[in-house]
Amino acid sequence: MPVQRRGAAIDIAGLRREYPGTRGSVVAIDHVDLRIAPGEFLCIVGPSGCGKSTLLRILAGLDRQTAGTITVDAAGWVVENAMVFQESGLFPWMSVEANVRFGLDTRGVPRAEANARVEAALKLVGLTRFRNHFPHQLSGGMRQRSAIARAFVTDPGMLLMDEPFAALDAQNRVILQGELVRLWEQTGKTVIYVTHSIEEALLMGDRTVIMTAHPGRIKQVIDVPFPHPRDLLQLSASPEFGKLKLDIWRVLEEEVNRARAEMEK
Amino acid sequence: MSSKSPMSPKTQERLLYLISPIGLIALWQLLLMAGIGDRRFVPAPSDIAWRYWDMLTNGELETNTLATLWRVLAGFFLGSIPAIAVGLLMAMFRPIRIFFDPLIASLFPIPKIALMPLLLLVFGFGDASKIALVVIAVFFPVVINTYAGAANIERIYWDVAKNYGASQSVIFRRIVLFGALPMIFAGLRIALAVSFIVLVAAEFVSTKVGIGYMIWNSWELMQVDVMFVGIVTVGLLGLIATAILQEIERKVIPWKAE
Repeated sequence: MPVQRRGAAIDIAGLRREYPGTRGSVVAIDHVDLRIAPGEFLCIVGPSGCGKSTLLRILAGLDRQTAGTITVDAAGWVVENAMVFQESGLFPWMSVEANVRFGLDTRGVPRAEANARVEAALKLVGLTRFRNHFPHQLSGGMRQRSAIARAFVTDPGMLLMDEPFAALDAQNRVILQGELVRLWEQTGKTVIYVTHSIEEALLMGDRTVIMTAHPGRIKQVIDVPFPHPRDLLQLSASPEFGKLKLDIWRVLEEEVNRARAEMEK
Repeated sequence: MSSKSPMSPKTQERLLYLISPIGLIALWQLLLMAGIGDRRFVPAPSDIAWRYWDMLTNGELETNTLATLWRVLAGFFLGSIPAIAVGLLMAMFRPIRIFFDPLIASLFPIPKIALMPLLLLVFGFGDASKIALVVIAVFFPVVINTYAGAANIERIYWDVAKNYGASQSVIFRRIVLFGALPMIFAGLRIALAVSFIVLVAAEFVSTKVGIGYMIWNSWELMQVDVMFVGIVTVGLLGLIATAILQEIERKVIPWKAE
């Protein structure tokens, strides 16, 4: 069954973010143009310093661009976006349940409805039994599951994910990648997923945006040809996946060498 | 000690912990019993213990302890609650920080006991002047610690709150307050000790009841044993109050990794 896509549409045009500094300003991102379709799973990959997190923070309303426009069509969505942060960002003083409920409390969702939605979200990520635990009592994987539940429970038009699995061990990362893709396939929301792993991006998303650093620009946009629903384990072992990965690495290698040559000049 | 010792290392440590105070008291007692030192000026531990029992049974100690305790507790609460509020608001709002910063920087170093004559002038010889002094003394350590705690809350929590649509009042009640709690308690513990310190000093001169008065009065009457009873009582009160505060801290901050 194909994924029922329903989510916010985003149109980014000429986006630029400069940070003023004592020794001249630093351009974090420049000339970023991107159209994201409703329900698309878009991955953004790039080395550190390419401004991928900056782009996400602007979309999340936590930062403002210096120039350019972002048009979000989130008609019909009460909550425009919800972000999943790198180190989970769970409040250590709240139980898992209170953390998951947070985005409903802030928006005044009625108690009975909030209870039902929190219940469903905890079940979705398999944390019903751990609802009264504090974050420090959970494993890294469980913390990220809670953070994902906290985002999903608000039913946002788009999910913004900032390297959510970067701090996990390899096994947990594979498991959570699979769970996230399954969740997305069920809900069909727009997802913007930032990562530094090309493999992860190709494995999960519909499209992969490759960015370069200093200043952060879009180098290439790749249409990932594999249909959803996906079996990530099987996909990662297939020759087609290996070839795509290799092609992209070649492009990047070129880019890295060019940048290095420029720096040495 | 060999491994054949029946005592666990923990028990050994506890014993070692008790050796110095008990040894000191024993030495003190023995020296006086041996006739070294004048018992009129330096009472033996046993003399103090007898006097303690005496004052406990005749109600004298109770009256003075309750007076001191009431002033400490009233001043502690009246001083720390607004200090917590101001500290949190300073962390949240820049103008409030800019307003309070110079006041704190200039008033904090003033020895609080130096304000006692002024407070007597304003509040008179009743409890109010002593409570006011404790309020002032408690305010500073609590406000400074609260502000430091709230200002050092990791940025990610502010980001999450903002991204998830939290209003200023939600940020205040659910993020800043809780994020600052460990530091608030650190401030409260300092404040508790400070409140006993300033109050006992204030009671020396400005009242007819309280542990401080008891200590000062016994000096004038040359009752050195009573003096020691007062000192021991203040120490015990501080010990008990700190233990209670720590117990509350454990209950209020269950997420603090054990």
